[in-house]
Amino acid sequence: MTRMTMIEAVRSAMDVSMGRDDNVVVFGEDVGYFGGVFRATQGLQAKYGKTRCFDAPISESGIVGTAIGMAAYGLRPCVEIQFADYMYPAYDQITQEAARIRYRSNGDFTCPIVLRMPTGGGIFGGQTHSQSPEALFTHVCGLKVVVPSNPHDAKGLLISAIEDPDPVMFLEPKRLYNGPFDGHHDRPVTSWAKHELGEVPDEHYTIPIGKAAVRRAGAGVTVIAYGTMVHVALAAAQETGVDAEVIDLRSLLPLDLETITRSVAKTGRCVMVHEATLTSGFGAEVVSLVQEHCFYHLEAPIVRVAGWDTPYPHAQEWDYFPGPARVGRALIDVMEA
Amino acid sequence: MTETTRLSLHVPEPAVRPGDQPDFSNVKLQRAGAVPRPEVDAAPETIRDLAYSIIRVLNQKGEAVGPWSGLLSDEELLTGLKNMMRLRAFDARMLMAQRQGKTSFYMQHLGEEAVSCAFRKALSKGDMNFPTYRQAGLLIADDYPLLTMMNQIFSNEHDPLHGRQLPVLYSSKEHGFFTVSGNLATQYVQAVGWAMASAIKGDTKIAAAWIGDGSTAESDFHSALVFASTYKAPVILNIVNNQWAISTFQGIARGGSGTFAARGLGFGIPALRVDGNDYLAVYAVARWAAERARRNLGPTLIEYVTYRVGAHSTSDDPSAYRPKTESEVWPLGDPVLRLKKHLVLRDVWSEERHRQAEAEIMDEVIDAQREAESHGTLHAGGKPPTKDMFEGVYAEMPPHLRRQREKAGY
Repeated sequence: MTRMTMIEAVRSAMDVSMGRDDNVVVFGEDVGYFGGVFRATQGLQAKYGKTRCFDAPISESGIVGTAIGMAAYGLRPCVEIQFADYMYPAYDQITQEAARIRYRSNGDFTCPIVLRMPTGGGIFGGQTHSQSPEALFTHVCGLKVVVPSNPHDAKGLLISAIEDPDPVMFLEPKRLYNGPFDGHHDRPVTSWAKHELGEVPDEHYTIPIGKAAVRRAGAGVTVIAYGTMVHVALAAAQETGVDAEVIDLRSLLPLDLETITRSVAKTGRCVMVHEATLTSGFGAEVVSLVQEHCFYHLEAPIVRVAGWDTPYPHAQEWDYFPGPARVGRALIDVMEA
Repeated sequence: MTETTRLSLHVPEPAVRPGDQPDFSNVKLQRAGAVPRPEVDAAPETIRDLAYSIIRVLNQKGEAVGPWSGLLSDEELLTGLKNMMRLRAFDARMLMAQRQGKTSFYMQHLGEEAVSCAFRKALSKGDMNFPTYRQAGLLIADDYPLLTMMNQIFSNEHDPLHGRQLPVLYSSKEHGFFTVSGNLATQYVQAVGWAMASAIKGDTKIAAAWIGDGSTAESDFHSALVFASTYKAPVILNIVNNQWAISTFQGIARGGSGTFAARGLGFGIPALRVDGNDYLAVYAVARWAAERARRNLGPTLIEYVTYRVGAHSTSDDPSAYRPKTESEVWPLGDPVLRLKKHLVLRDVWSEERHRQAEAEIMDEVIDAQREAESHGTLHAGGKPPTKDMFEGVYAEMPPHLRRQREKAGY
């Protein structure tokens, strides 16, 4: 066991995977010699050589397109899109190619690739360094979508993603890279060193894709979140005193419906929280499933707390980001409904 | 003082439209044998002229001449001729089958048979093509069963793709034919990745990328050239310039660049331009590029100059945008007739044997069609199981898909 930040855990996952399987290759913009703009690949090129970890031209469709070809050959590329906000040039390759190669070729060809991409706001990233585009992936059949909220999960889930036989979109909340963040931007930054989920095994381990984790048991209301919002939800529960059960989805696709329905059947109330914009966001899918599967258990309308339906602003960061105050208000409202 | 004027937008137009006299005076042709054959390790900047010429082997009389000739035996050429004839007969029957409602859609290769049939012979077992929808000759020249192709076209109970794909979007890993996608140009950059993988593993296999003239305008074409150039990937970057992208003449995609081959030069990629209707020239150029790739010398870009004689697809009517007789005056002629003439001249073939072969090949195609139809066509007979619609989205079916399959009653 070692205390790791999320960046170190992500790096450790790639290190362990590259050590175990010669077919794992890592590349992307600034990923090789420099070790990545977030240091996620630091040291990998020195350790595994330039043909296993290398720099790529600034071309997202080129990075994803070549990764797909490599996967068709038999490699297991784990590539980086520098910011999730910049995945759009590769969207054609992701949705029409990576996601469908197994289906359209009836398994003749497959696409075991991982696209790592820093995601989310809370860092004054403005419009193109803060987006949460997960709903653009969860709507695509054939993809898997994973969002870790802590170093321990990040490593176990990334190893699972690399070993998965299908394409996995691995969204890393960059606000959580160096420490947990509960939305209290006015308080000192905390580090993963003091958090129990900052304790990470050095060796190989996996966390299954498609399984949620209950971060706080409660009987009053089920709060469904992922990524940074898990920490915001936990803070909101503590500050309001509402007996919330906080579920960290970890995987959005496939979704752990069983853990969700079991909880809502118990609590009878549900709040869905995400940073991404509200309309047609992933929360809409969760809310729809909850009402479909838990209708007779519900004692209040399901509430969503999300980013506003605007591009992510710069100066108005904390009015946009759904912090503990907004989430807390929703918890109280749903308890009083 | 700078002179200014009111600006105007330049929109290229083909030289002729329906009702006009077909005109190919803009196609500059070199005599067969006139273009030199450089060493495969020639520096790209020393062979720039090859991106602006047309490499040809067969002359007007049907003789094979010049430095790119002499690579294929009579037997290999006869096989090539028969493969092209097979592809043409296959096309004719499948076009008819579409008209008869046995399938929803078909795309012919008429006039372009030499490109894919000859190219395949320059590759080895284990090499991988990333084709478009108009390279079925790669399969036919590798002896992929016509029956299996037809099963795919008819989406019947023996369709290897279980009815999931549009007709002609074949897939065969075993035959080095990557699953064809409806999305243009995507496979061009994937081919580069496959080649990079082969290089990463220290393998000896190479990849071939395919694209049409129109699709070179897609951004993945550009990405592919960047990556191929940067990593010196062992890939052959093929552009089939058949003059037409549905209704759009090649000048719209090409713009002012002179030739499609010339696009390779800016990336430091050696570029060749070849007579796409000359089986011997296509083979010679493909072999040159394959040798370069196998010797770890990096990518080669090849433009095949040909003409799309048929409609774009069964959903297209070319008489709405080009003269009906345009293909008849195409200066590079017909690939089947040109190779036939060469073989007759060499005295290894004759009119009579050609007619006989045509009849035999048609019988072969009709036999395969009869058998394929016995396994069903799109609207009649055997079908892939509906339940299978839910399979293969992922390696393992996730719970939400299992629920949907149950709800659908399977």
